[in-house]
Formats: sequence, C-alpha cells, structure tokens
Amino acid sequence: MSESRLTDSKINSDLLAPVNKPGRGWYATVTVSALVVAAALGALVYQFSNGLGVWGINRPVFWALDITNFVFWIGISHAGTLISAILRVTGAEWRRPVTRCAEAITVFALMIGALFPIIHLGKPQLFYWMVPYPSERGLWPNFRSPLMWDFFAINTYLLGSIIYLYLPLIPDLALLRDKSSGLFRRLYGALSLGWRGTQLQWDRLERAVRVMAVIIIPVAVSVHTIVSWDFAMTIRPMWHSTMFGPYFVAGAIFSGIAALILAMAVIRRVFRLEAYLRPVHFNNLGLLLLTMSLIWFYFTFSEYLTSWYGNAPEEMSVFRSKISGPYASMFWASVICCFVIPAPILAIKRLRTIKGCMIASALVVIGMWLERFLIIVPTLVQPRLTFNWGAYRPTWVEITLTAGTFGYFVLLYALFTRLFPIIAVWEYKEGLPLGEHGEPTVVDLTDAELERA
Amino acid sequence: MSKDTQPEKPQWAMVIDLDRCTGCEACVVACRVENNIPVVGPEEAAKGRSINWIRVERYFEGEFPDVKAKFMPVLCQQCEEAPCEPVCPVYATYHTDEGLNAQVYNRCVGTRYCANNCPYTVRFFNFFDPHWDAPLEKSLNPEVSIRGRGVMEKCTFCIQRIRKGEDKAKDEGREIRDGDVVPACVQTCETKAMYFGNIADPESEVSKLSRSNRAMRLLEDLGTKPKVIYLNKGD
Repeated sequence: MSESRLTDSKINSDLLAPVNKPGRGWYATVTVSALVVAAALGALVYQFSNGLGVWGINRPVFWALDITNFVFWIGISHAGTLISAILRVTGAEWRRPVTRCAEAITVFALMIGALFPIIHLGKPQLFYWMVPYPSERGLWPNFRSPLMWDFFAINTYLLGSIIYLYLPLIPDLALLRDKSSGLFRRLYGALSLGWRGTQLQWDRLERAVRVMAVIIIPVAVSVHTIVSWDFAMTIRPMWHSTMFGPYFVAGAIFSGIAALILAMAVIRRVFRLEAYLRPVHFNNLGLLLLTMSLIWFYFTFSEYLTSWYGNAPEEMSVFRSKISGPYASMFWASVICCFVIPAPILAIKRLRTIKGCMIASALVVIGMWLERFLIIVPTLVQPRLTFNWGAYRPTWVEITLTAGTFGYFVLLYALFTRLFPIIAVWEYKEGLPLGEHGEPTVVDLTDAELERA
Repeated sequence: MSKDTQPEKPQWAMVIDLDRCTGCEACVVACRVENNIPVVGPEEAAKGRSINWIRVERYFEGEFPDVKAKFMPVLCQQCEEAPCEPVCPVYATYHTDEGLNAQVYNRCVGTRYCANNCPYTVRFFNFFDPHWDAPLEKSLNPEVSIRGRGVMEKCTFCIQRIRKGEDKAKDEGREIRDGDVVPACVQTCETKAMYFGNIADPESEVSKLSRSNRAMRLLEDLGTKPKVIYLNKGD
C-alpha cells in the first residue's frame, strides 16, 4: 500500500483535522480578519453617531460604495448555488469535495451583502419597516418598490441557502458528535437532530437535498435579477436596460466561481487537503470560469454597443465617461481583469493550473467589484439636467467598511472551518468505489495529478 | 402608474416664465426662509450636500464674448406620473388627491432611491442633523416641520400655505380661486415670472398660461407629466 492511498479512517482524520487542530495559519487568519472587522465596526459606530455625511455620497451620487458592496457580495453568494446545486442536480461526481466550500460562501456572502441595504439607510434603526406586518403605523410596505422585492428575494435566498448548507451537514454533525466530548458533544448532538444513519434517514436526507438543490437554482437566479432591477426599473441612462437581469446573474455566477476557486486554494494549502481538492477540481472550475468570462464579455459588449449605436445624448455622456472619460482607467482595468488576462490563462490547458486558476480568480474578483462600481456611480454622477452633474470620492469610512466586508467574510469562513468539516465527509466517502465486500474503500491518487499541483 | 385624482379637488400647478426670469435667486432665499431649510455651510455645499428646494440653473449659449446666460428655476416638478413614487419601499413619497407629490418625513427611512429615480435631481437628503447658525434658528417658520438627519426632503409647493388658502376659501364658503394660495417663491419673484394656481379650473391664470403656445414642460418626453410649466419664447 503506497502512502498516497486513502483509508476510511485517514479520510476522517484528514477532513476533521481543521476542526480538531486548526494550526497556526488559522489563528493568524482569524486574528488579522478580526482586526479588520473591528476597524470596520469602529467606522460603523462613527457613521451611526454622525450621519451618512461621513461617507463621500452627495447629491446627485446618493449611492456609491454601499450599493457596490451590496451587489458585489450578493454576486459572490452565487458560488454555492451554481456549483453545488447544478452539479448535484446533474450528478457531476467531481463535485463532492467542492459542495460545502461553495455552500458556505453563499451563506456568508449573503449575510454580508444583505448588511448594506440596512446600514446605508438614513435611518438604519427603522429597516424593519420593510417587513409587512400589521403595524401601529397602519401602513403596509410598498410592494411596487424594487427594494421590497429585494427584501423578499434576499431573505428567501438566505433562508434557502442556510437550509441547503445545513441538510448535507447533518451526517457530518453526527460524526463530530460521536468523536467529541463535553459541550461540543451536546452542541453537535443537538444540531445533528438525532442522526443515526438508518436507511430511512438517508433516504429522507437525500430526497430533501435533491428537492432543495432544485428549488435553490431559480431562487438564486431571481435574487440577482431583482438586484439588477433596482437599477433597471429606474429611468436613469445606462441603468434602464432590459438585459440587466441576465447580465447581473452572469456576473454574479462569474465572481462567485472566482471566489470559490480562491477559497478552495486557500483551504487546500492551509489544511493540507491536497489529496482531496485536486487539480481536476481546479481544472473543471477553471473551465466554468472561462465560460462565464466569455459570457460576461459578450453581455458587456452587447450592453455598451447598443448604448453607443443608439447615440442618445444622456446615454452617451455616461458611456463616454466610462470608455474615455474620468472612469476609463477603472473601466478598462475591469475589462482586463475580467476578460483579457483570465480568458487566455483559463483557455490554455498548460496555464490552467491551480496557480493559474488562482491568478485568474483574483483578477476576476477585483474586476467584478470594479464593474459593480462602474454600473452604479458614473450613471449617478451625470443626471439628465447637466447643471447638476457631480463627482464622487469615497471617504475613509466607506473604504474601511469595504475592507471590513472582506475581513468579515474571511473571519466567518475561518470560524466555519473550525466548527464544521469544510469538505463533506460523508459525501466524499459516498463517491468512493466500493470494495470487494461492499464497503467504501481506498482510492488511488494519480501521482501525476498531485505533481501537477 | 395612473393615479386616481378627484376632479372636484384643486390640482396645483405652477407656471414659470423663463423670458421674465432674471436669475436673481430671490425665490431661492424666500424658499429657504419659508421652509426652514438648513444651512450646510460652504464645505458641505462644495461636496454637493447643499439643500435648495428651488434653484436657478444657468445655461450659457454662444461663445465668449457673445455669451447669453439663460436662467431656469428648477423645483420639484410635482409630476403626475412621478418616478420617485413607486420606488419608495415605505410610501414616504406618495401622490395626494390634489396632485401633489408629497413627502412624509416620518415615514422616510432614507433609502435615497426616490432621489436616484428623479430625472430633475430635485430631491435632497439630510446627510447630517439640520443646523442653523445663531440667530437664524430664531427665525424658523413654526408652520413647517424641521427634518431630521437621514430623511429626504423636497419642494412641497408650500403645502402650509395651500392648507391655509383652502381653509380660508372654505370659511368663506366658496371655491378656491387665484390668489388664495401664493407659495413663497412666487410671492417674492421680483419680475413676476412665476404663477401658481389650480390647473383643474379652466379659468385660472395657470390654466390659461399652460395653454399658451410658449408652454413647455421639462424633460417632457419622459412622460412624467410635470405640474410645473415653463413659458419660453422658443428662440
């Protein structure tokens, strides 16, 4: 038996290692990200006590980094849906070590994205006025407002993706219960809902996961469509576009896959999971990322070409500010980050290594953030009455909050890996070939694959 | 979205004669005093945080030295099909049966969505708590509420004066007529470039002027049906 062979107990100890002994890298990550989050909390307290004037927003730029971060993080959240749900539904076997990484991204990115519509309010303490309940104000919320659609869409998606993360976690929670003691045993015991691994329980779990996988796909598509409608439903030049729905969904899946590749690469390195997150996973996700990059370019090209060809004056002023005006450097940086560099890296097999995929993904995440910013701000800077044209420059408060979102994401993700196995143990084992006596058995790693990493 | 308007209610409208406007900005000052508009100071104003429910936009025609300045007072257009209204999630802005686009400060949570969807950029946000340098706080109008931090505000067509005029007409047992309601900007206009009245009454001055062939509406092709009508020679 060579050393690269995996046994059942080795799988358990490998995949539960992050939970049992996280290592120095984990503590460093948590410390740094917690410090960033603390800084952002400070900025938030400062903002709440002084008013939104501490941001760079003004008239006419009423939305800027707040909504950029909102759209960006809701976009990142689409990682879990596509990879996990679509791959589950289509029965793609290679998905097994990937699903939970993806599902966790969805939940945490959504939590962060959904913060912004609350903290960007003039009166954040009154955000619950969007909840339709028979209130003392005798007033229902306005269901015609895209912000209301947002409220329902995001809550549905958050609830759905928490369930979708939780269901496949149950057998692993039972495993953790059986392997832990004291307080954690009680915690995992309660969370595993009395899982015994009977055939009936497996049947029900699999049916529930299948149903959720099917349900979550249209929910995810609708969420980013509705986010795009916050803009498309208005009559602002270069917002009022019929293709914003699919354009935003494609961009969301695009940035989501990039975030997933980055997360997987980090997990693989930090927790020494090279035997599980293998080059084939990065190769396949890299191909998906390539597809989305091409789709993104196609959408962007169509969007800008039609604006330019239509040549309406208000549209053209926004168009020019992006192509050759004050926002040109950001615009072309976004095109380079989302298409010009990643597409060749991902298209050429020799470059589509783990490192290549990481570089492409990091660029895509940056490029998609820029793209969200460029959708929002240039339109707002140039209202129809040219007398009111403005400018926008973020303040340290907005920048700290933006950094804080990344810190918070890393922190939540790190804490998750400490509490739960980031690779689904049972799902991984389920995919192993059966041995002579029907037991899940060892698997051979192709050493060539390991070397290529 | 069509609004149900009751024909028996007055429909308030304003007419602004651009050929008479000298750009003196007396209307801006009058509005500020009447409606308790906070003073944000030069630094905040430079950042684009000033609040002016009415402003005089300047547009220049021709090349130096043959430059002609054109002035256009712009205030909330009180659109009949107001783009700001459907997007508000909490009904802070809504359409009254007198054709006004009303803003309820106590409902507003400050999403600023209305301002983003206003093609005229006439909605204002309170970025900070309102402030008046002493002794300006002593001159506040008791009939107009102070807006707190975090809410939107905009021109109301001097709703407090509308209510007063309507009450007077009711007390005297008659229909509303020209002169009952005069908003602060109209009252103060030196060159009498502004008119205000009930456009539902075909005999009112604004009705007659709105039928003039000099009449036009701002960004008319957007279909917002503004209730502010501009008169312009058109040359």
